[in-house]
Amino acid sequence: MSTRTNEPLAWLLFSAGGVMAAMTLPALLLILGVAVPLGWIAAPTYERLAWLLANPIVRLALFVVCATSLLHWAHRFRYTLYDGLQLKHLHEGINFACYGGAILGSAVAAYLLLL
Amino acid sequence: MNEATTPFHSKWYRERTSTYWWMSSWPYFLFIVREVSSVFVAWTVVFLLKLVNGVSHGADWYQAFLHWASQPWVIALNVASLLFVLFHAVTWFNLAPAALVVNVGGRRVPGALIVGGNYGAWVAASALIAWALLGS
Repeated sequence: MSTRTNEPLAWLLFSAGGVMAAMTLPALLLILGVAVPLGWIAAPTYERLAWLLANPIVRLALFVVCATSLLHWAHRFRYTLYDGLQLKHLHEGINFACYGGAILGSAVAAYLLLL
Repeated sequence: MNEATTPFHSKWYRERTSTYWWMSSWPYFLFIVREVSSVFVAWTVVFLLKLVNGVSHGADWYQAFLHWASQPWVIALNVASLLFVLFHAVTWFNLAPAALVVNVGGRRVPGALIVGGNYGAWVAASALIAWALLGS
């Protein structure tokens, strides 16, 4: 019996998101989420960030990072609930919440960055 | 469908696994920590989108974002997230050779080279981000 599933696509997006998150999020979070709020370094000026976000390549790159990272979360968290908490019997609700949440978040990212 | 089965569970006897199976050994625990890191990846995206939203509304909103981000609970969450995101990055890069089989001239590229390439790219990407945010 062979069953076609969306698993390869979900895994591909999970994998792409894993790379994107690993490459970019530690630096972004260290600077913007930790070092600046703790006063270790001065916050980037508004002009600097507005200049960066005016660049379409920066916006597109940031959108790709956000969307793939969210899909990475959806896939990995789904299996955390399946295996870690043994909730596989709730798979329909979990799939809906995880992938639905990731798609909703990606839509917000697209609205903020691409429109 | 056979009444005795569901898509994921056969109904014949099997010993029940504890919900806390992953607390029984260190490698299992690290496995679950790695899985849970994805929640902090998602939070980091939310945090970045809040910043983008602030900046796109103008200088006042950006100041309001900075004020919001300097609350103790946000800093605490971000410090925890940084640890998880770093754990994700290190485990991800170290596993890369298992997922990425590259052959050059009929010979497999050694795993150490692929791991090294990933860390090199990580340093370059982080330097680019630091320059973009802070450089003059």
